[in-house]
Amino acid sequence: MPDAQPAFQFADLRQQHEVAQLGMWTFLATEVLFFGGLILAYAVYRFGYPADFAAAARHTNITIGTANTAILLTSSFLVAWAVAAARLGAARAAAILLSFAALAGLIFLVLKGFEYREEYREHLIPAVNFSFPAEHAKGAELFFLFYFTATSLHGLHVLIGIVVLAAIARAASRRAYSARYHAPITVAGLYWHFVALIYLPGRSES
Amino acid sequence: MRRWYPPSILLWALLGLLALLALTVALAYQRLGAFNTPVALAIATTKALLVAAIFMELRERRSLIIAFAGAGFFWLAILMWLAATDFTTRPEFPPRQPGATISGAAGAPAG
Repeated sequence: MPDAQPAFQFADLRQQHEVAQLGMWTFLATEVLFFGGLILAYAVYRFGYPADFAAAARHTNITIGTANTAILLTSSFLVAWAVAAARLGAARAAAILLSFAALAGLIFLVLKGFEYREEYREHLIPAVNFSFPAEHAKGAELFFLFYFTATSLHGLHVLIGIVVLAAIARAASRRAYSARYHAPITVAGLYWHFVALIYLPGRSES
Repeated sequence: MRRWYPPSILLWALLGLLALLALTVALAYQRLGAFNTPVALAIATTKALLVAAIFMELRERRSLIIAFAGAGFFWLAILMWLAATDFTTRPEFPPRQPGATISGAAGAPAG
């Protein structure tokens, strides 16, 4: 492969790489506010219905939630490792690490699916089959409304991340990147780290 | 192929994150009363900072990129702060059931 050249508006690849990162961070700032609005609304109603929210949170699955956090963090680690490998020109290693990271994302979604199935069986899905002891029903329904909105939007982000990682891994295995040019791995990595990061505050709750 | 092993700082960060996760789980089974939430949030913030500084390599970036990364969180903090001043100072939150009488209005005789 001929060595990569910067796009015409950039002085060199280093500058192009940095601008790409700046762009991804700008997008991530909008994502912070996107999820931030949800977190704020959650915090407001948790403040309003503390007993109901505590009762509802006891019905979420701590085992799957914890396993999924560990899976996302490990996957994030694999991507960081892939970026380090790409920087040294080890494209094949980067491709393999990115593939495993994407696989971890898939496992996350499967486990989340099991969690949803369990919640469906326990009649915890608002507007579908929600039923809860009357004493805490009002706030608990709000809790699960937030829970399903936030986790499904997060799941969508994971799904997009899996597709992106798989595409980057494929390109890496075809030697599209080198020690000099690997900005797509860095930028896709930033997105994936963010998807792991935004899952953390949710876990501190249940 | 050179360098198949991961940089040690990444491994340490992962171990730290998993240890903090274990701490979060242990904490979930403790009854610390009012301290549960602040402690859990402090741990979550530490984890997020570890991811941002090491996995996202912010510690190696120049201040312009760090400013861009911090901007979203900065505006979110303002949003949270102003919202908190509202909802924590309302005389009645959450509002009573819709349709319930508002004291002084429905009960008052007409005219």
